[in-house]
Amino acid sequence: MRLVAAFGAVAAGLIALVAVLAQAADGRVPLPKPAKATAGTQCVEPAAEMRRNHMVHLEHQRDETLREGIRGKKHSLRDCVSCHAAPDPKAGGQATARPFCDACHAYAAVTIDCFGCHATKPEAGRAR
Amino acid sequence: MNGAADPARRDFLARLGGAAATLALAPGLTLMAGPAEAKASGGRRWGLLIDLTRCASGCEGCVKACGEENGWAGAGRPATDAQWIRKVTVKDRKSGASAGLPVLCQHCAEPPCVDVCPTGASFKRADGVVLVDKHICIGCRYCMMACPFGARSFVHEDVTDQKPHAPRGKGTVESCTLCVHRIDKGGQPACVEACAKEGGAMIFGDLNDPQGALGKALARGLAARLRPDLALGQGVLYRGL
Repeated sequence: MRLVAAFGAVAAGLIALVAVLAQAADGRVPLPKPAKATAGTQCVEPAAEMRRNHMVHLEHQRDETLREGIRGKKHSLRDCVSCHAAPDPKAGGQATARPFCDACHAYAAVTIDCFGCHATKPEAGRAR
Repeated sequence: MNGAADPARRDFLARLGGAAATLALAPGLTLMAGPAEAKASGGRRWGLLIDLTRCASGCEGCVKACGEENGWAGAGRPATDAQWIRKVTVKDRKSGASAGLPVLCQHCAEPPCVDVCPTGASFKRADGVVLVDKHICIGCRYCMMACPFGARSFVHEDVTDQKPHAPRGKGTVESCTLCVHRIDKGGQPACVEACAKEGGAMIFGDLNDPQGALGKALARGLAARLRPDLALGQGVLYRGL
């Protein structure tokens, strides 16, 4: 009788373990949901291109602007911020680019330091 | 390659070399874009003339304007606060005569800060403006030690609410940018604009253009650079020192 009880306990334990494993397999880290861009704005490149290569465009333009003084081209971080600012709980509800940028970077475990120096809040009157 | 290029080739090159030459390879694909964006030009050399006879001793208009424009302001900790421009009082011990001179990055032709930078972050633009590329600055502060004018500052604390045109962050060195974001658009540095409202002691312009505002002002009387013994060829000149 005692043996049956022990077997039962082990079986129950196994079932519980399988259930936990199944849940882990189903409950993956949820896909990121970046904040929506300001309504009525159009991105400078198609979304698929931006998702994959935004960092290339930004880095290329950053060097041109800083080192050669070429300003006003279309891949600037300022323009990203001006369309993609959304209410940010970490900034007391003020609109910043963080809710948009951080969503995917957190998912992909990418640590960017753009906003260590660059403004996260859009300038007044600068929307595309 | 021989000296006499055949006419067809010369024609082709002439067409290519036009200022706004755009070669279309296919619809929507061009080889050369026109000069849609202005570029810092090597023909120009931006500079500044500061006339100390017009600079009032108590006036800090340029310092305030720079702080507001570029988003640096003292946190009340003089040992570590950033300072892109400051008023220095110089005094002749014998006669007691004194003058206050605004000291900022002198935008040297031979900048020692660029020579010592181990990463290439400290650099000089084609038009003579000396800047820090904070993307690759490692905060070693060699440039601060090399600068004879103490023009550079290290950012010791986290910075928030930066101006979009003047990114600044902890762990990097910074200094006067000659307001590149303004002069690239044809404007004047913030200090010069503020000074025009006070004494009009600062004149900004192209050192290579004798007909420009700065060229004409320099022709009106002698002006000197600080520490001429170092032969750095600064872009900032003083009159009346």
